[in-house]
Amino acid sequence: METTDIGLWGVPLAILGGAIRVSTPFIFVSLGEAITERSGRINLGLEGILVFGAMTAYAVAVMTDSPWLGVLAASGTGACFGLFHGWICKFPKVNDIAIGIALMLFGSGLAFFFGKPFIQPSAPDLPAIAFGGWSSSPQVQAALNINVLFLVGAALAVFLWWAFKNTRAGLIVRVVGDSSDAARAMGLNPNTVRLLATGVGGALAAIGGAYLSLYYPGSWSEGISSGQGLMAVALVIFARWNPLGCFAAALLFGGAGALGPALQSVGVTQGYYLFYAAPYILTLLIMIATSSPGRSLAGAPGELSITK
Amino acid sequence: MTDMIGGPAAPALIDGPALRAGLEWVSRRAEAFVIPLTALIVGMALFSIFIALLGKSPAQLYELMWRGGFGSWFSIQNTLSRAAPLLLAALCVALPARLGLVVIGGEGAIVLGGVAAAAMAVAVAGAPPFVGIFVMGIAGMVAGGIWIGAVGALRHYRAVNETISSLLMAYIAIALMNHLVEGPLRDPASLNKPSTHPIDPAFAIGAIPGMEVHWGLAVGIVACVMSWVLIEKTRWGFAARIAGGNVRAAQVQGLPVGPLIVGFTALAGSFAGLAGMIEVAAVQGNANASLAAGYGYTGILVAFLARHNPLAIIPVAILLGGIDASGGLLQRRMELPDATVQVLQGMLFIVILFSETFYGRFKIFNPDLWKRSA
Repeated sequence: METTDIGLWGVPLAILGGAIRVSTPFIFVSLGEAITERSGRINLGLEGILVFGAMTAYAVAVMTDSPWLGVLAASGTGACFGLFHGWICKFPKVNDIAIGIALMLFGSGLAFFFGKPFIQPSAPDLPAIAFGGWSSSPQVQAALNINVLFLVGAALAVFLWWAFKNTRAGLIVRVVGDSSDAARAMGLNPNTVRLLATGVGGALAAIGGAYLSLYYPGSWSEGISSGQGLMAVALVIFARWNPLGCFAAALLFGGAGALGPALQSVGVTQGYYLFYAAPYILTLLIMIATSSPGRSLAGAPGELSITK
Repeated sequence: MTDMIGGPAAPALIDGPALRAGLEWVSRRAEAFVIPLTALIVGMALFSIFIALLGKSPAQLYELMWRGGFGSWFSIQNTLSRAAPLLLAALCVALPARLGLVVIGGEGAIVLGGVAAAAMAVAVAGAPPFVGIFVMGIAGMVAGGIWIGAVGALRHYRAVNETISSLLMAYIAIALMNHLVEGPLRDPASLNKPSTHPIDPAFAIGAIPGMEVHWGLAVGIVACVMSWVLIEKTRWGFAARIAGGNVRAAQVQGLPVGPLIVGFTALAGSFAGLAGMIEVAAVQGNANASLAAGYGYTGILVAFLARHNPLAIIPVAILLGGIDASGGLLQRRMELPDATVQVLQGMLFIVILFSETFYGRFKIFNPDLWKRSA
């Protein structure tokens, strides 16, 4: 009796816990991509930055025994990759999408190159806070064991949502993203703003990678990323370039990913792959419903190459 | 023209219109070779610095790379085998690009093409080999063509961005493949690696006579040549290039932009689907998760490096195949990680894509500007 009860409740609980665990890298990568795209450029290289960030964080954590130094180092290297993308794309005729895909290959290649010696040793994990202490059920406790970075990501989403609306920096990024000409008329240099926005985006993506290697799954290997960096591009569109939307969409994408293992644990072994695809189908349907030949996608930055 | 023929040899030749025309002809075409080759050399030089900083010998590296990729008949065959799927995958990007569309979801068409081919192979098992292979090829091409053709149709009729929709559809395709391979189409005998039922061995695509490279290489080269003829020598290709340059102008001229976009994307997708079919019929023997091996993504870079010229795809794919093939040798002889080739490829891609900015910048490649400076 006991076990069946937990089995039934186990599914939503496992999805909730899984969504929180799986969504954290999505939150960081998508917020980073949202900042970059809001400035009018798209960086498909976040996947490579994420993998390199995961490797850097793990390596530094192994060497210094401090996971937080690892996160810091990861965000530094991520910013370097982002700045590189931002710099190279300012030259005329250089395609930001193609450079992004090249960076994806280069970043993960470099990560595998330098990461070989770190596959064996184990690094200290990032701390998690147990919010489930009130319950005696181990499943509840497991689901509510929430990593600090998830909370940081949630706070960051709220902050960015506020900052885009209410700060000078937020306004500058939005102006540059909506019209290069208007930005120039205001005395702003669009290339500089995009450079910085891509740099910040890279740093956030690398923190997402650090979460992967330092908490969940919590080890460094060449298969550490399951494409979170590339999926973030879809996620940002799904969220309509809104940071709060990114947070919600990250939970949704994470939940869809957690559905498979949760259903498997109660004996459903088929069909869950289609649930993995659900967020993509939904994003595609939303794009079809809201686009029309007459206008661009609602909420899209005007200078973004992919929505023109 | 006539007075020059009888004139003194040397000065007449230097000033001669014939020579001048020849020089112009050369210089106009030289840009397309000089810039990418320079970029290739710069990229390799940067990688040499990287290797030297690690305390290894760049000279030894390139020597081994040459030996591993092109130095012997064995290594050349290895290189060509690796280049084969890239040819078709790159066409899936290059054809829509001529219409101004950036399609990055070829991976989805490859995967579905492979699954469709494997499913049809089971359906027609026992048929004569020629029929079976033909049916598999058509199935792969139809599946891939519908998938990427839909991306083109959404682009034209609903203004849905093709880059994002193709990426989304690639993920949907991979999920669909996993569902089919682990569910309805699964061979119960495949335990550790879920797969479809194996195809009839008679349908397997063998090696080209005298080589160990399968026929997929020949199919890829033929597809590249046919695509080049289509784009450069037919009126459809001409119309597509106009639409790629300026959609409004093409519409004003009465060109059927919608059917062109759908037709070219569908053709591009059917090439990618064919790549999936060949992967099933020549390499895997059934459809399984290995179909999503990333050829679709490497194909994007091959197409960009070839500047979306189908003929240029052939040498670019072979070069990348060669770099790939030398990985094992580098690992054994120089104790470098297997990711070394990936770092080199990434570096080359970035430098060559960056070199795009230099087109049209140099006067020497543009004879129209010579007169003004002279």
